[in-house]
Amino acid sequence: MKDTLLEVTNLHAGIEGKEILKGINLTVRPGEVHAIMGPNGSGKSTLSEVLAGNPAFTVTEGSVDFHGKQLLELSPEDRSHEGLFLSFQYPVEIPGVSMVNFMRAAINAKRKYFDEEPLSATEFLKLMRQKRAIVELDNKLASRSVNEGFSGGEKKRNEIFQMAVLEPVLSILDETDSGLDIDALRIVAGGVNKLKTEQNATIVITHYQRLLDYIRPDFVHVLYKGRIVRTGGPELALELEERGYDWIKEEVDK
Amino acid sequence: MDSLKQYLELYRLNREMIDGGSSAVMNRLRDEAYEILTRSRLPKRGDEGYERTSVEDMFAADYGVNVARVNITADVAASFRCDVPNMSTLLGVVVNDEFHPSRQLADRLPEGVTFMSLRKAAEEYPELVSAHYGAVAPLTDPAVALNTMLAQDGVLVHVAKGVRLDKPLQLVNIFSSPTSLMAARRVLVVMEEDSSAQLLVCDHTQDCERDYLSSEVVEISLGRGARFDYYNIEESSARTTRHSQMYVSQRESSSLSVNGTTLTCGTTRNSYDIDISGDGCETMLAGMAIGSERQHIDNSVRVRHLSQHCHSNQLFKYVLDDESTGAFGGRILVAPGAAYTDAYQTNRNLLASTSARMHTKPQLEIYNDEVKCSHGATTGQLDAEALFYMRTRGIPEDEARNMLMQAFMADVIDTVRMEGLRDRLRHLVEKRFAGKGALCGDCAAACRDARNDNPVE
Repeated sequence: MKDTLLEVTNLHAGIEGKEILKGINLTVRPGEVHAIMGPNGSGKSTLSEVLAGNPAFTVTEGSVDFHGKQLLELSPEDRSHEGLFLSFQYPVEIPGVSMVNFMRAAINAKRKYFDEEPLSATEFLKLMRQKRAIVELDNKLASRSVNEGFSGGEKKRNEIFQMAVLEPVLSILDETDSGLDIDALRIVAGGVNKLKTEQNATIVITHYQRLLDYIRPDFVHVLYKGRIVRTGGPELALELEERGYDWIKEEVDK
Repeated sequence: MDSLKQYLELYRLNREMIDGGSSAVMNRLRDEAYEILTRSRLPKRGDEGYERTSVEDMFAADYGVNVARVNITADVAASFRCDVPNMSTLLGVVVNDEFHPSRQLADRLPEGVTFMSLRKAAEEYPELVSAHYGAVAPLTDPAVALNTMLAQDGVLVHVAKGVRLDKPLQLVNIFSSPTSLMAARRVLVVMEEDSSAQLLVCDHTQDCERDYLSSEVVEISLGRGARFDYYNIEESSARTTRHSQMYVSQRESSSLSVNGTTLTCGTTRNSYDIDISGDGCETMLAGMAIGSERQHIDNSVRVRHLSQHCHSNQLFKYVLDDESTGAFGGRILVAPGAAYTDAYQTNRNLLASTSARMHTKPQLEIYNDEVKCSHGATTGQLDAEALFYMRTRGIPEDEARNMLMQAFMADVIDTVRMEGLRDRLRHLVEKRFAGKGALCGDCAAACRDARNDNPVE
């Protein structure tokens, strides 16, 4: 049995007094790819936001162990330093903050956390160049403001680029396939696969099976009404693609 | 009634001394100013255009006025200078209200450019100064009248017809005095036809132990086709009160760019009054204010479009923290004959604390149908989603906030038509956000640090 990377136990959380997650249990080990599927409004995005530490959400019960650290006690920035990465469903546009300054601040904050010197300008540029290649991200985007004026595909590629730079041990990809055409999907999924190692793990949150043709999951979980109601292998995703979610809803609701 | 009393009395008792320390051309307007003041009062909070700022209160304290022209040494001042990296300037220093040229300034100025003491200029070039002094700023405004009654020196910038000055002029205003002090500061800018120049004005306080009041009147006359940039950075102490009035007259095809930055202050009121009285003019008025602690910053803009085919733009942004307060009043007037006017106004504000307050009042007054005009004002908080996004990438909350606040100011800085100054402003704004509440003593230190950071002249 490998060590556990992420252990979510009985996690309850909500927003503005409304409970959305109603007791999530999830175990992720290094090298694994987990897919979390489910109908709209089941709590998929809430789970990713809560794990990343969005202060808009309140955790009311449960615990999350992240390679020995109590994840819920860490600030979002420290969760990042400890190796958690969230690829946003809707990457945020930040007018006036250039991609270069944004990435430099991110890298150097992490280095500072581990008592390392900031990267020199040369090292930084070299790193950017290497990582951009993974998702074929255009160099000219580097001088633009973060995500501002990026196309849907560029935004998602930019997320995977940031993931490549930060080298997380656990990546959560929230609806990374939404708004992507087939070519962009292939590039984004290819980037994720290139970054996969025996030491890190990925949680893929998706509504459709489509993305799972490119990123092969080891486990598929179905989230419904704030709970994981079913877990299976890749064949579960295919079954959902074929039959939809209604049969699961009926099973749970009856 | 009223803070004016003490100034009227001061004038009555010291009239000869005031005249003696100045020049005939400047003395000529004093009696009329005095006469106007005996019949008026300074605006109070709540008066139209002064919804959040009382000029009366600003002038009420008992400040000393250096009517006797006691020599206050400028040694410190001479060594004190805002270094703008990659930019060399032609420098003059105003200590309180008195102009001191930098070494060999007169020799370094190109032919056709005058940058000197207003008092001396009034003696050397009486015709030029008397033709323009008091010609743009209306004496009927009580604060202008008060300044005119007491101003003994000031600064003259004159650029002759067709002369284009490459190097920026820089003026450093410094308060330095053994007692609390009021200074009547005066700047007269005369840009002849087709001339061009840039003036950078930096306001500092040498110590934060004393109370200072700056009464400033800036008159700018732009001839046909003239191009003029006026950039001001205020870094003064919490005990400094600043009342600054700019009046501009633009003739046809002239271009004006103004940027006023308030980095630190006590109480500041800046007003900009622009008359566009020639066809085909361009006017850019921009400003940014960063408030913390109990600072108060009020910018009031009035642009009057009196001619055709002119374009004006106002862009003012505030970031207010702690208990600081801000006010913006922006008025665009388009006269009946001013067809084909493009006039825009934007005021955006960020409140970084729950106790900071912003008051904004946009006004459009349009008497012509062939115009494009717009105004927009918003006041809000930092974008929580952007902040969270940055934090998930490992950027600490404070740093992320600073980056967002700086980003918020980016477009104001971009209006500056001086590359070195844009860099400098970015640097200053970054420092200001990072060292929250840096005032006075810290201010001078910050500049010295900056000098060390940027050894390149």
